[in-house]
Amino acid sequence: MKRIIALLVACLLVIAVELLCSWTGTLYYLTQMTMSAYYSLLIIGLCVVMGYAGQISLGHAGFFAIGGYLSAALTTRNLLLFHDSLLVRGLDFAGLLVTGKDIYGGALVVVTPWAACLFAVLVAATIAFLIGIPVLKLKGHYLAMATLGFGIIIYRLALASSYFGGADGISAVRPFPLCPGLSVSGGPSTRVENYYIAWGLVLLGVILLRNLINSRIGRALRAIHGSEEAAESMGVDTARYKLYIFVLSAVLAAIAGVFLTHYNGGIGPSEASVMKSVRYVAIVAVGGMAHLWGALTMSIVLNFLSLRGVFGTYDDAIFGTILILIMLFAPEGILRINVGQKLLSLGGVFKKGGRKD
Amino acid sequence: MTAELFIQYLFAGITYGSMYAIVAIGFNIIYNTTGIINFAQGEFVMLGGMISITLLRFMPLPLAIVLAVGITMAVGALIEIVFIRWLKEPSVLRMVIITIGISILIREAALHIWGESVRSLPYFVGNEITTTGILGARISPQVIWVIGVCTMMVLLLSLFFGTTSVGREMRACAANRTAAILCGINTRNMVTLSFVLSAGIGALAGCVMSPITSTQYDNGTGLAIKGFTVAILGGLGNSGGAVAAGLLLGIIEAFSVSVVPLAFQEAIAIAILLLILFVRPNGLFGSKDLAGLKEF
Amino acid sequence: MALLEVENLQKRFGGLLAVDDVSFTVKQGLIKAVIGPNGAGKTTLFNLISGALPPTSGRIRYNGDDLGGKKPHSIAALGIARTYQNVKMFAGMTALENVMVGRHVRSRSGFLASMLKMPWTWSEEKEIRKRSVELLDLLGVADVADKEATSLAFGQQRAVEFARALAMEPSLLLLDEPAAGLNIYETAEVGRLIVRIRDLGITVLLVEHDMSLVMDISDEILVLSFGQTIAEGIPAAIQQDPEVIKIYLGE
Repeated sequence: MKRIIALLVACLLVIAVELLCSWTGTLYYLTQMTMSAYYSLLIIGLCVVMGYAGQISLGHAGFFAIGGYLSAALTTRNLLLFHDSLLVRGLDFAGLLVTGKDIYGGALVVVTPWAACLFAVLVAATIAFLIGIPVLKLKGHYLAMATLGFGIIIYRLALASSYFGGADGISAVRPFPLCPGLSVSGGPSTRVENYYIAWGLVLLGVILLRNLINSRIGRALRAIHGSEEAAESMGVDTARYKLYIFVLSAVLAAIAGVFLTHYNGGIGPSEASVMKSVRYVAIVAVGGMAHLWGALTMSIVLNFLSLRGVFGTYDDAIFGTILILIMLFAPEGILRINVGQKLLSLGGVFKKGGRKD
Repeated sequence: MTAELFIQYLFAGITYGSMYAIVAIGFNIIYNTTGIINFAQGEFVMLGGMISITLLRFMPLPLAIVLAVGITMAVGALIEIVFIRWLKEPSVLRMVIITIGISILIREAALHIWGESVRSLPYFVGNEITTTGILGARISPQVIWVIGVCTMMVLLLSLFFGTTSVGREMRACAANRTAAILCGINTRNMVTLSFVLSAGIGALAGCVMSPITSTQYDNGTGLAIKGFTVAILGGLGNSGGAVAAGLLLGIIEAFSVSVVPLAFQEAIAIAILLLILFVRPNGLFGSKDLAGLKEF
Repeated sequence: MALLEVENLQKRFGGLLAVDDVSFTVKQGLIKAVIGPNGAGKTTLFNLISGALPPTSGRIRYNGDDLGGKKPHSIAALGIARTYQNVKMFAGMTALENVMVGRHVRSRSGFLASMLKMPWTWSEEKEIRKRSVELLDLLGVADVADKEATSLAFGQQRAVEFARALAMEPSLLLLDEPAAGLNIYETAEVGRLIVRIRDLGITVLLVEHDMSLVMDISDEILVLSFGQTIAEGIPAAIQQDPEVIKIYLGE
């Protein structure tokens, strides 16, 4: 019951923000709210990996970038030159190609957005699966370094290959028509629809992840966080569960990447940078690690402020500071600081007079 | 490949390799006394270079370097005292995130102080086109400086840990913290000292390397990753192994220049790191049983 | 019939032989105790049986299945549950949730079904909760069901850990020093509990230092010293064994 109420409140808040913005004539805020929503989709996935399953990932910007870049490249890079190749002919036969005109009026043959999106997410999932098998055997520093290394490799590949536009990234990415009359694009005329598309996705993600956390699987994941050895002796296949949740979070990150890229009309290498990954970790930490709503709330607040440019040139420094302060003073997150409850629980221990080892 | 070219690549490899080894030893010193991997290790190298370049405007080179190393050591001490010292049994996850946060703060501070421009110290002897002949190849004297200074540092460190009482106390902390406390060793000061030491050697390496590699505010992360690769490859905590592994990585990198495009170099180095982590997480020289005893 | 057969089991850590050529069997429906001085290799033996450590050589058979090369979670799924010497509660979860994890091997909902909250997972979830509450009740800690497990008193944590292991409905229960850190009343309580568990048809293998407890409840005893088997037999015989007396009392 409590869960349903929380969800209802969230839905009402989403609608209230839209109404408030249109009433006060500040609809342009919805653009940053939409972008924040897509980042939040990644962050709730990372929250389950880090907070619940206890596995740190410093490479999630990599999965976001894989989704965004692949979808961008497939829907903008002209395949006309290769129209004789078997692959392109096969794609054409399957109805996965669209023709159009480029900015100079030349013929343009590209992959349809739906196919590109599915392919991008699939690739991200596959990479997460393959890299997850060895990486998730590691713990602590090793795991942090390995995921950080993965993130840097993706960043370097995006930066160094001309197919992905090098330092400029890919621009002029076309809208993503979800269904007739509804497409993911960043124009002012579609602002409100896109706000709801993004938030619909995030709330769907929250519902699915909440279900997962409160299930048999979720308990197994949290048990892994508590003690991997004991979880294993309870019959939990720890390697497999860690891998599955890692892949799931990578899929969410890739979907976020695809949608945000089509919404922004482009993607650049900064989306794959280490700083982005660190930022996501910071937000999960501020939200309280094992706290889905907390991560979501902090994600909206911090991403929105950052995207509005409130932090100016101190953007990265602010996230670094947040990270340190949270880890030093409130490793449970700022929304979890509840002095009254802490005192009560202390009192409880004394009252029991129980022996603690 | 001509013999001359071979020697040239070899020296380039040894030069970069010495620096990786120094960064890796910096990791090891802190890891041995605290069990922490300090993700801000690369930033010490960057700080050493940047501060000495700035100081050079006001004083001669040797003094600028000495002062830069001193200031970086103070920064190291400050980091330990402000962020690390008062934490009680922090989890690994917490320490990883804190040191990453520190590295971001140092980098951002450097960005605001020095901007994005690439700077470098002048060559200690002559200039960029001065060379000396070694075994028929033309080598910059700065290369000799780098190799010489790094060798000196390794020798002095092993003397320090091997013969001085403070060095021995630090090793005692590494071996068994509780026992060290019982023996009356102030482990907290030893931890501060380990930060100071690794900041110092990092900064000195940053100074001697600056003429060759140049210094920029965001040098740190790449160096940290490579230094960590080397530390793992040599067996975490094993500084002799770090020297061998550093030279190995440096030489592999130098010779791969002719095969792999420069843009992908870092990606390759990291791919090697991942491979090592997957295949031999105890390093090339480490033993599995020993590594199993360490808590991760 | 022997439920568990251990044959020539050996475990080497570097130069140390922690378990040296140990063979024994555990018969269905009995309580067998493993005793021995510190460092005799008792906990290592448990880690080998539960799959947490791979043996250097030798064989462990359970119900006729060779456990060699099996991961701990597969061994758990075969019906072997264990507790730990220093109690491993899952931090960040309530006592009840801890016990619910124990139902893992007895339930089936997968990733997708859980995420979509498919109707057939509802009844399973209800069943898991019901059984777990019952077990907490059985162990007398139902009143702390919703408290965070790691915040409980040591004795309560031990009870929750018992409940968690029992939730797996094991046929073999490995108990690593179940009375460690408990006072004599609590120890007697644990003794009665173990007998009750055996009477439920669950075979028990326990490592324990408390001799009075061991002599009281065990059907059979295995004595280890420096990794080697010193004696094996019924409690009365073990008490008379000169080798065992030598180990415990010195020359």
